[in-house]
Order: sequence, then structure tokens, then C-alpha cells
Amino acid sequence: MQTLFLQGPSVTLRTLVLVIASIGLMVLDHRGSQLEVVRNTLTYALYPLQYTIDLPIRLYYWGDETLSTHKTLLNEKRRLEDFQLLNKVRLQKLDILEKENRRLRKLLHATPKTGEKILIAEIINVDINPYRQLTVINKGSNDEVYISQPIIDAQGVIGQTIHVNANSSTAMLITDASHALPVQVDRTGLRAVAFGTGKIEHLDLRHIPHNADIRIGDTLITSGLGGRFPANYPVAVITHIERSPDEAFVSVDAEPLALLDRSREVLLVWHNQPQTELSGDDEP
Amino acid sequence: MMNPNTRIVVLTMIAAFMLAMMPLPEWAKAFRPDWVTLFLIYWTMALPASIGVTIAWSIGLMLDVSHGALLGQHALGLVLVIYIIHSQHQRLRVASLLQQAIVIFFLLLLKQGLVLWVSGIMGHAPDSWLYFMPSLTSALFWPWAYIILRDLRRKFAYKTNY
Repeated sequence: MQTLFLQGPSVTLRTLVLVIASIGLMVLDHRGSQLEVVRNTLTYALYPLQYTIDLPIRLYYWGDETLSTHKTLLNEKRRLEDFQLLNKVRLQKLDILEKENRRLRKLLHATPKTGEKILIAEIINVDINPYRQLTVINKGSNDEVYISQPIIDAQGVIGQTIHVNANSSTAMLITDASHALPVQVDRTGLRAVAFGTGKIEHLDLRHIPHNADIRIGDTLITSGLGGRFPANYPVAVITHIERSPDEAFVSVDAEPLALLDRSREVLLVWHNQPQTELSGDDEP
Repeated sequence: MMNPNTRIVVLTMIAAFMLAMMPLPEWAKAFRPDWVTLFLIYWTMALPASIGVTIAWSIGLMLDVSHGALLGQHALGLVLVIYIIHSQHQRLRVASLLQQAIVIFFLLLLKQGLVLWVSGIMGHAPDSWLYFMPSLTSALFWPWAYIILRDLRRKFAYKTNY
């Protein structure tokens, strides 16, 4: 194969076709979800690479567990047992409250609250894009993960899935610049929308009127409006409020409670599940 | 078995993708060179008969998936960069490493500009000048990438005309 005379205008033509194809793909991908199949197929090819990159970190955790001493493990066990006991006591109260709540709702003829199913997923430690807040988790449609499913950790809301493959999914964190989350202030019930800013540890509350009752240190919880996220999960805490009279709205900054860049394990939530565990005993 | 040329190209491109996804400390993320583009530029210069715009486009799509970008965003930039490299490869081959690095700097600026443009249309353009840093670091890393890939090619590939 001699390269000198083989390519003439054909390369230019091919480039032109490919440029047009790229633009077409971008428009299609932006408008609809028909290209999800293409994306999933390509992700299959990438997944082994992501897995390999994550492997040393996985090995580190495994080694840390395997090589820790008997004493460390015993201490850890004792600590967890104490913790478990405390949690059990709290749960007893919660159980009673939940039953009472259901009874009262029945008396008021209000719709019963729906239950939630939860699955633990692990974050695969790969860098995706320094200017987007995206992350990869190791659960996919094989575990019935769906697109725009909420993800939380022990501290608060993390984000939602945006692409789902068989064994992995891509999640968008709540701090991504194109993410918005309906929240409410848990002290007053004031509703707002928390926009991502592209910076981890920074959310932006827009369109808060000047006379709104909002203070530094207030906790934001999900309001459940929009239907994507279950209600009443902690999201962020207000860190900065600036009221300047020449602006139409107050500028409010909040810091996410979830350990967005430090969690290794996250929880996938299926909400609007029919309640199964506690049903049957809600007679008044 | 794969032809040794193909094999070494595939292996180095896999390495490039892994370098592109390797977790880095927070401060270093903005400085990560665009390994995939850099490696692909080398292979286009070295094997223009087999590596061209079509391969660049498919690799660009992979890049889009791995960056969580719109399908076609990086592919568009990569096709244009590789088109220019491909049509000028005979001139670039005789240039010094420094001159090549300068050309690559501007080509990567073009690619990043295109990606930024599309992100801007979508409404999540980064608001920091550090965004263009990978062009600079890629150009700085070019001599090393060039020498390493050339040695690999001389060792493992056959039938080269360069």
C-alpha cells in the first residue's frame, strides 16, 4: 500500500460526511433517546477499561480488610455492635410512629405513603470529565436500575442515573451544572430549586424572594415535587445568604450534605413501591 | 492473529483511554493531557495509509461516551484535527519535535474550542480558562509521547515507511 497517490478528494469528502454525521448525531442525542443503544454498545467496550482502572483501588480495600489485625477487627465489631444497638432503639420508636402515621392518614382518608426499595452500589473510581459532575456506579439494568433513578448516601442525596447499561450506570451528581433538584427548607417548608454549579460542595438556590424566611445553617430536604426524587431526604445546608436591594432575588448558596466525592458506596432508591413489609397490621 | 501494526495501535489506544480515565488528584484534573488525541495524531502521522478520519471518528465517539458528552461532540473535533494532520503528514514528519508540538497545540485548541462551543449551546460550558490547559500540557507531553510510540512501533510493528 503506497500512500502517496491513493488519497485525493476522497479524504476530504469522507471528512465532510463525518462532520455532517457528527452534527446529526449531536442533534439526535440532544433531542431524544434513540441513540441510547449506540451509547450502551460503546460503553460495553469501555467497561473493562473502567473496571481495570478501578482494580488497584478495589485491591487496596480488599487488602485493608484482609490484612487488618484481630484486635482491629474486634474493636470494629464492638463499635458496630454498639451502633447497631443505638439504631435499634431508634428504629423501635420509628416503627411505632410509622404505624401511627398510617393510622392517622387512614382516618383522614389521605393516600397512604408509598414504600421504598434500596440497593447498595459501588462507585467505580474513574475520572470522566473535570467540568461535569458525573460518576460511574457498578449496578445497571440487570439490577433493574432505570434512567433518572435517585441515588443517595448515608448523609444525603447524591444524584440520579442518566445512562444505564447492563452492569454499570452513569450518574449525574446534584452539583452538575445541568442539574436542578426541587427542595424545601425543613424548618419553614419554603420550597425552592437547588441548581448545580459545576463545583462540588456548591449548590445555588435561585428565585428566593427578599422576604423569605431563610437563614444560614438551615437544612434543605427534597420536596418530592417533580416526582423523580422521594420526599424528605436531606440535601444540603445553607452556607451563604446575600441580600442586596438592587437584585430581584436573594442569592443563596448551599453545601451538599452527601459526601459527593468521597463516598465509595451509594444507595439506589426505588420509590413509589407498594409497601410490603409493614402492611397488614395497620388496623386502627 | 491481528497484524502487528493493528495490534500495537489498538494496544496504545487502549492505554490512552486508560490514561484519560485514570483518577487524578483534584488539582491535577484540569491539567490532564488529551492522551487519546495525542496518540491518535502520532498514529496518523506514522501510518496514514491505515489510520484516517473514519477511525478518528469512531474513536471520537468512544471519547464522547467516556466523557459523558453528547455523541458526536469529540468526534467532530477529532475528525477535523485528524483530517488536518492526515493531509499535512508529510510536512509534519520532517518538522522538529518543537514545531510539531506547536502545531499540535493549535490543533488541540481548535478541538477544545469546538467541544466548548457545543457545551455552550447545551448550557454547561465551564467558566474557567483552565479549560484550555489540556492543549498546553498535551503539547508539552508530545515529544515524550512521540518518542515512546516511535520506539514501540519500531520494536513491534513491521512494514513502515517512516
